[in-house]
Amino acid sequence: MAQKLVIIGAGMASGRLIEYLVENDPSAYEITLFNAEPRGNYNRIMLSPVLSGDKTYEDIITHSDEWYAENNVTTYFGEAVTSVDQDAKTVSCASHTVTYDKLVIATGSAPFIIPVPGKELPGVMAYRDLDDVNNMLAACEKANAKAVVIGGGLLGLEAAAGLQEQGMDVTVLHIAPHLMDRQLDPAAGHLLRTELERRDIKIHTEGFTKAILGEDKVDAVLLEDGTVYEADIVVMSAGIRPETRLATDMGLHVERGVVVNDGMQTSVDDIYAVGECIEHREQLYGLVAPLYDQAKVLSENLLGGDAVFAPVEISTKLKVTGCDLFSAGDFAEGEDREEIVFRDAVRGVYKRLILRDDIIIGAVMYGDTADGGWFLQKIKSGEDISEGRDTLIFGPNFAGGAPVDPLAAVAALPLDAEICGCNGVSKGDILAAIKGGADGLDAVKAITKASTSCGTCAGLTAQVVQTGMGDDFVLPEAEIMCKCTDYSHDDVRKLILSKELKSIPAAMQELQWKTSCGCIVCRPALNYYMVCAWPGEYTDDGQSRFINERVHANIQKDGTYSVVPRMFGGITTPDELRAIADAADKYNVPTVKVTGGQRIDLLGIEKEDLPAIWYDLNEAGMVSGQAYAKGLRTVKTCVGSDHCRFGTQDSTGLGIKLEKEMWGAWSPHKFKLAVSGCPRNCAEATCKDLGIVCVDSGYQVLVGGAAGMDLRETELLAQVATEEEAIELSCAFYQLYREGAQYLHRPYKWIAKVGLDWVKEQCVEDLEKRAALAASFRYSQTFYKVDPWKERASKGVDSHEYKPLADFSKVAAE
Amino acid sequence: MSDFIDIGAVNDIPVRAARVVKTAQGCIAVFRTSHDKIFAIDDKCPHKGGPLSNGIQHGESITCPLHNWVFDLNTGVAQGVDEGSVQTYPTKVLDGRILMARAAIYKSVAAE
Ligand code: SRM
Ligand SMILES: Cc1cc2nc3c(=O)[nH]c(=O)nc-3n(C[C@H](O)[C@H](O)[C@H](O)COP(=O)(O)OP(=O)(O)OC[C@H]3O[C@@H](n4cnc5c(N)ncnc54)[C@H](O)[C@@H]3O)c2cc1C
Ligand code: SF4
Ligand code: FES
Repeated sequence: MAQKLVIIGAGMASGRLIEYLVENDPSAYEITLFNAEPRGNYNRIMLSPVLSGDKTYEDIITHSDEWYAENNVTTYFGEAVTSVDQDAKTVSCASHTVTYDKLVIATGSAPFIIPVPGKELPGVMAYRDLDDVNNMLAACEKANAKAVVIGGGLLGLEAAAGLQEQGMDVTVLHIAPHLMDRQLDPAAGHLLRTELERRDIKIHTEGFTKAILGEDKVDAVLLEDGTVYEADIVVMSAGIRPETRLATDMGLHVERGVVVNDGMQTSVDDIYAVGECIEHREQLYGLVAPLYDQAKVLSENLLGGDAVFAPVEISTKLKVTGCDLFSAGDFAEGEDREEIVFRDAVRGVYKRLILRDDIIIGAVMYGDTADGGWFLQKIKSGEDISEGRDTLIFGPNFAGGAPVDPLAAVAALPLDAEICGCNGVSKGDILAAIKGGADGLDAVKAITKASTSCGTCAGLTAQVVQTGMGDDFVLPEAEIMCKCTDYSHDDVRKLILSKELKSIPAAMQELQWKTSCGCIVCRPALNYYMVCAWPGEYTDDGQSRFINERVHANIQKDGTYSVVPRMFGGITTPDELRAIADAADKYNVPTVKVTGGQRIDLLGIEKEDLPAIWYDLNEAGMVSGQAYAKGLRTVKTCVGSDHCRFGTQDSTGLGIKLEKEMWGAWSPHKFKLAVSGCPRNCAEATCKDLGIVCVDSGYQVLVGGAAGMDLRETELLAQVATEEEAIELSCAFYQLYREGAQYLHRPYKWIAKVGLDWVKEQCVEDLEKRAALAASFRYSQTFYKVDPWKERASKGVDSHEYKPLADFSKVAAE
Repeated sequence: MSDFIDIGAVNDIPVRAARVVKTAQGCIAVFRTSHDKIFAIDDKCPHKGGPLSNGIQHGESITCPLHNWVFDLNTGVAQGVDEGSVQTYPTKVLDGRILMARAAIYKSVAAE
């Protein structure tokens, strides 16, 4: 006689289970199916096409009422199971109680609703079932309706794309730095973001929701950083949790999911579970492929078999037209791993294979995913790929095709892109010169003047010439930035500007970086180039900075830090000195030292105490001295005409003015100034990056000195008559250096490369250029002249740096 | 008693950053990689004691902030020409929480 099988939940997993059972032995069981949703099984993964209007609900029904009737499945739809009596072997919903011999729990998942104020307001919805889709479609009826989607994972982005296609104004909030961070690496995440933004979907990464605002319905979403997005609906798509409430009530073994063995049995005989609600060997499942395998295993076991569930590698795709992405396996970096990266900046293609011991263990691709299945097969089979490795990334159809074109980024530049800033030469000018008969780099240079001034565009000019002349031209060897790229520092800087690359992942993709995340050489350099190119727009990447710049203090040999407050022009006051002395006492500072830069150094401070000591120093009016920065350091001064019998000008006053104007700026390397009141030069201005020596007739502005590993005397940039001119020229020179020098080059190295004459042309002879440079500097300063100590001591910026994650030091050992 | 102790949320550590867990025997550095993997090692460089939690992370390696030795976070072994290694500790991530081996935190009992 047929046994009674009761299934709780009519979803993707149980749908398959029933199909296998009735196909293999229709008489084995009398099946009863409960479902909380008021409908039978449909293809849940096709809800997105229903949302976007490409399909209707009818199109995605997998099991109709007729099908259940034909196969003798008794159904209770719209009936959530509320209790199970294991002694009596009965299952109850509000209206019925039925008995079972065998029971299957297939309750799927529940959306995770983030616990913020306002989460219960009408208009907040999840994205899980047809009712959610209908609610979203109803909201789209209103003209100019706005939606905020919380969660930039697979589901959130499908919801966002669907709502946008229905005419809504959509914003996606995502807590990680890049979209779909579980499936994609930062480079692919960047491409995906670019495509969604092109469709006018706003993306806010690192966006932490603080509250959902509204009185009797949703009005807006407030983020931790203070941003507010208006919203008519909020779609919560911040993850799912196995639906285990019933199983927990029943007393089954439940961890994160209902725990099952390899045969899909729960901790109790005759009770089984399949689908997203289960936990198998500490794993949860959120995609259908493994659930179908589970359903097959369970069906065999219910028919007397002894099948075993063994999870296999699965891949992910996003069902948004035009966003072709694929990811599978393990794609983290590691010492024991190698990667093969292919980037085509023009087509927006990114492919990355992760290898360990010549076996592919992971793959991420964006833009061209045609070979995804082929790679997935190789991941599953674990085959050795050492043979054919050179062309592996091109996929199965590779037939000696074209290798990566290192010039793609240059080829993609528009004709009006500026190549040589000094002489105003565009890409179009260079190509026109070639058309006009120029037959090589020298001829192009002679005709257009490109790269004949400062020379930093030499590499780029040569590359444009090559795109114009093709094989007739051999590219001169350029000094590349690091092993991750074919470009030099100068090239990278120019392309960041001309291609408007505003993040590190954007630069890496568009400039065809050969690694996925860069290295310790290129990351800090790129971070600086972004800071310099896009003040106010770029978000600094702390993890691409050396510790001193990340925590705004200098690390010591024992892991403590030193703190040097700024003393503008080397001038201090009794009050400041008292505050320093108090701080030294309060924080048990072991050493207080007068530095070579005319300031006071508090050495040996515990990292955890930094925000507190900064707070005290801030209260006394002092700011960070940036003694740790590749940026503006000290302005040393002598006493000058106020006190000294030889002083010609107010050197101290000028030093203070300069430092007040310039503090807080970042630069390729550190930048030190000094102002001496007469040629006796007590402030040692002639060995500084920029020194001013006062004379009777004005101010000599000297540049390019150094007294570190190399000893250099400054050279005269210009003599000017007034303080205002001296300050303007200093700012202009600093900006020219900031914009042009390669990362970690002090000004003397950069001047040796571009020539002092060229520097003079830019900021001494061309007064308009000088004013423009000084204006750019001042604009940048509106964002960077901010005390980083205050941000951390009073506003909680980067608080994770200074607090331990957990403290067990006071807990006695057990 | 569970062998693992909750030490905080994955999101308490920014991507590619590290934080320390203090124990009676010294600090343990806990790293979160760009792919959200978690690693825990002694926060003390075998060279001259540099606090490894303060270094720059790249891939699954960390460069010591003092003299640039590089360690593989998986094994704790120094890379390249440098010789030495740092103790690693097992961790697990469950529901966004980081769990660390109890033996690491109370290692006066378990230390080898
Ligand atoms: C504190 C101070 C020494 C002192 O006790 O007087 C000092 C301390 C350090 N100097 Fe210096 N330098 C100090 C004045 C100088 C000077 C003299 C000056 O500025 O008048 C020089 C030579 C002038 C020059 O820079 O050209 C100087 C040339 C260097 C160099 C070599 C730079 C070069 O381009 O060759 C380095 C290494 C580097 O920056 O890469 C360096 C690096 C350092 C670092 C930051 C080393 C480090 O990375 O850990 C030291 C930090 C110690 C600490 O833990 O706080 N320090 N250093 C001086 C701080 C000045 C200030 O008030 O900000
Ligand atoms: C919009 C969307 C898009 C997706 N896209 C993809 C994709 O492209 N690829 C992919 O592989 N996966 C995708 N998924 C995931 C996939 O849909 C799930 O993995 C799958 O549906 C899980 O199947 P299941 O049977 O475990 O649970 P479900 O399909 O969720 O079914 C569980 C059912 O049980 C019911 N239930 C719960 N508790 C009770 C109770 N006490 N009594 C009665 N009934 C109950 C629920 O109402 C529900 O109908 C997507 C999911 C969504 C929401
Ligand atoms: S700069 Fe000249 S005037 Fe000033 S203290 Fe030195 S020697 Fe005296
Ligand atoms: S202390 Fe770590 S490298 Fe020297």
